[in-house]
Amino acid sequence: MTNDIAGLDKSDVALIIGSDTSECHPVIAARLKKAAVDGKVKIIVIDPKRIKMADFATIYACQRPGTDVAVLNGMMHLIIKNGWEDKKFIEERTEGYEALKEEVAKFTPEYVEKISGIPVRTLEEIAELFGKAPTAALYYAMGITQHTTGVDNVKSTANLQMLCGNMGKVGGGVNPLRGQSNVQGACDMGGLPNVFPAYQKIGDAAVQEKFEKFWGVKLSDKVGMTMTVAFDKAHAGEMKAFYIMGENPMVSDPDLHHAEESLKRLEFLVVQDIFMTETAQMAHVVLPASSPAEKDGTFSNTERRVQLLFKAVNAPGQAKHDWEIHQMIANKMGLNWNYTKAEDIFEEMRKCTPSYAGLTYKRLGFAGMHWPCPNEEHPGTPVLHIGKFSRGLGLFAAIPFKEPAEMPDKDYPWYFTTGRVLQQYHTGTMSRKTPGLNNLAGPHVMISVEDAEAIGVKNGDKVKVSTRRGSVVTGAFITKRCPKGTVFMPFHFAEAAANKLTINALDPIAKIPEYKVCACKIEKG
Amino acid sequence: MQITINGRAVEAQPGQTIHRAAKAAGIYIPTLCYHEKVGAAGKCRVCVVEIEGSPALQTACSVEVREGMKIQTRTERVLNSQKLIVDLLLSTGTHDCLACDQNGSCELQDVAYYLGMERGSFKYADVESVKDDSSEFVSVERSKCISCGRCVAACNNTVTNRVLDFKYRGHKADIAFDDDKPMGESSCVQCGECAQICPVGALTDKLSKGKARRWDVEKVYSVCPYCGVGCKLELHVDRKTDRIVRVTGAEGAPTNNGMLCVKGRYGYDFVGHPDRLTTPLIKENGKFREASWDEAITLVATKFAEIKQKHGADALMGMCSAKVTNEENYTFQKLFRTGIGTNNIDHCARL
Repeated sequence: MTNDIAGLDKSDVALIIGSDTSECHPVIAARLKKAAVDGKVKIIVIDPKRIKMADFATIYACQRPGTDVAVLNGMMHLIIKNGWEDKKFIEERTEGYEALKEEVAKFTPEYVEKISGIPVRTLEEIAELFGKAPTAALYYAMGITQHTTGVDNVKSTANLQMLCGNMGKVGGGVNPLRGQSNVQGACDMGGLPNVFPAYQKIGDAAVQEKFEKFWGVKLSDKVGMTMTVAFDKAHAGEMKAFYIMGENPMVSDPDLHHAEESLKRLEFLVVQDIFMTETAQMAHVVLPASSPAEKDGTFSNTERRVQLLFKAVNAPGQAKHDWEIHQMIANKMGLNWNYTKAEDIFEEMRKCTPSYAGLTYKRLGFAGMHWPCPNEEHPGTPVLHIGKFSRGLGLFAAIPFKEPAEMPDKDYPWYFTTGRVLQQYHTGTMSRKTPGLNNLAGPHVMISVEDAEAIGVKNGDKVKVSTRRGSVVTGAFITKRCPKGTVFMPFHFAEAAANKLTINALDPIAKIPEYKVCACKIEKG
Repeated sequence: MQITINGRAVEAQPGQTIHRAAKAAGIYIPTLCYHEKVGAAGKCRVCVVEIEGSPALQTACSVEVREGMKIQTRTERVLNSQKLIVDLLLSTGTHDCLACDQNGSCELQDVAYYLGMERGSFKYADVESVKDDSSEFVSVERSKCISCGRCVAACNNTVTNRVLDFKYRGHKADIAFDDDKPMGESSCVQCGECAQICPVGALTDKLSKGKARRWDVEKVYSVCPYCGVGCKLELHVDRKTDRIVRVTGAEGAPTNNGMLCVKGRYGYDFVGHPDRLTTPLIKENGKFREASWDEAITLVATKFAEIKQKHGADALMGMCSAKVTNEENYTFQKLFRTGIGTNNIDHCARL
């Protein structure tokens, strides 16, 4: 998030697009619902499902899956046409506006209705409410990113917020809601193939030199592979070994047959986890690790707040902290690591991570602090981009609309989309250990009332969902929240794995799979 | 500004209530309906105090301090008023503490202790226990409810789930889920905010029942292991068994201010689960066997070196994790970059 959680109720309008907030980020949803009920913030929800947040919204619009660029361009078209854009902000803080203006000129409300299914009048209302708001925030989650046009979608959200001058101020911002406890931190720490900690670029000569000096070894300056590409390479026999820590790609990856085959072809697979996951079962070596309740350390949340964790209980048996295992391997490989506690690592890390440089365990205290925090006198940064973007001027990108990789057709006439439900989490490794959560949410497929009638199923009946990748049979959950023609399946359940059905089509830049759209058919199972 | 409580000079802030000023000065004024998060309700009247110059008793939770205010919290008149209220509450509910999960952190118990009261003196017809166990995670014992309204306020104004409300009036007043459904059949999402904020044993965490006495647990701060909001947790640990027996949200934390969702609050069984991995495992002939750390680490380091030598460092891939700490992601990428010599590092940020 460019902005912080405390500023949620400081907006006049909040646009939620591609985030089922009350299911996936319930406590942020609670704050948004409260702000709406108190009359502080007017909410606009744009989502193929009529999600619960729509009940709190001033305007709800249902777009066809995969048409976000068209919808956002359409909003910008109307905002510019009516003169609601922030001319001063555009003039002083951005570049590339003319190209954007030219591109969105094509996206008349009539054209956008044809693409997205959002009625002309609704789009006009949305553009007016959003465009006229003194301060508007934008919230998204995987509904924006998990597309072959994921990068385009994200850039479009930034375009809209720069156009309306909503960047760099309290209550504004582009706010991706991050889906895992420390996914922000994993990125910040350089858990990515193209960057060192704090997003310092691999291949940049000065950066390479800095880290070679800091770590005292020669480093590769070749950008590495993303996970999705690595699976393809493993499938092709080019990758030989994977070391997987606390991840379960055998449930979370697209097109699971492909993922399984890829792992089988590896010469050596090490899995470090707290349970014998579907992925761990395929490993040559399994290393027992600690859960977050068993360790000291820090997590960085969706608003970039770095918070302390303290060890509450002991890890079972011989299980060790993940960093202790890394240290044992490092030392066996001839490196000389001597960390004795998590804080030692944090102290080293902040010396090479400018955005964390001013953070110490002592300063983090009860409330934690927001990065960037460049020095120990700095109070942290709850809101990014005040006065200036990191690259100087904000760059508008003219984004044409592209259809998803696989569209419904004669053989597979429904849209298939996936996501989470409130009571379960990711691949279920943790949440499914609590029987009560399983009683509340088991495998199911959400279908519309109309579609259920069309194929002749009642609530709870078995439904067979098929795509070009495979079939899954599971119980029907018939709901008015699902639009006709779209089928939703949560991906938590290995026994009814949504990812047996999803398509392994990636965004060309981010390499993120298109989990939110493919074509399927449904039959009585 | 300066005020006087029980003859003692106390520093107070303009706009502060008497209760908050007293609390800051370490002076206990009992409260039942008041909670920091939902604000003053002025319902239970147990926080009454005497203010010089004011003929009637005043509620400390709602009256703001004034310069030079003289307050008495333990006069006979105040104590008698408080005793009558607590007497009525004790007489009309099943306030039996022995097996009550709230025992030790019950605010009614605290007030009774403060006033030196054992049980109610009014003779009602036998008060029967009324329980609703239909919810997965929250036990409802209506006969312990004191109609303070905290849960109703929290459900509507804090987590904004709008499930709880009051039904009926006077003697029959009671909390209701939706249009008076059993909790488990209502639209409740079981975030547990009501159980966290309930001052008595009317709404309690089912999973914690009988697990540990309140005074036997130690609270440890952590961060929720589920989504990325970063809700601050208090893990309640029974040191005798080394187990987590309850999870609550940290009140006042900037991320969640005590709120949690159903997973964050009740999805902690995985931590001490019997299926946890407890030793390194090595696969031989398609089956896992237990191994020592030394054997497993040696095998891993040897195989990595072998593959690197044969196929180059870029034939190895590391997947770090969005579920481990910053420190551990740092060491993981450092191991791959400095030990193996590749930038093939990624995690499930995209999935």
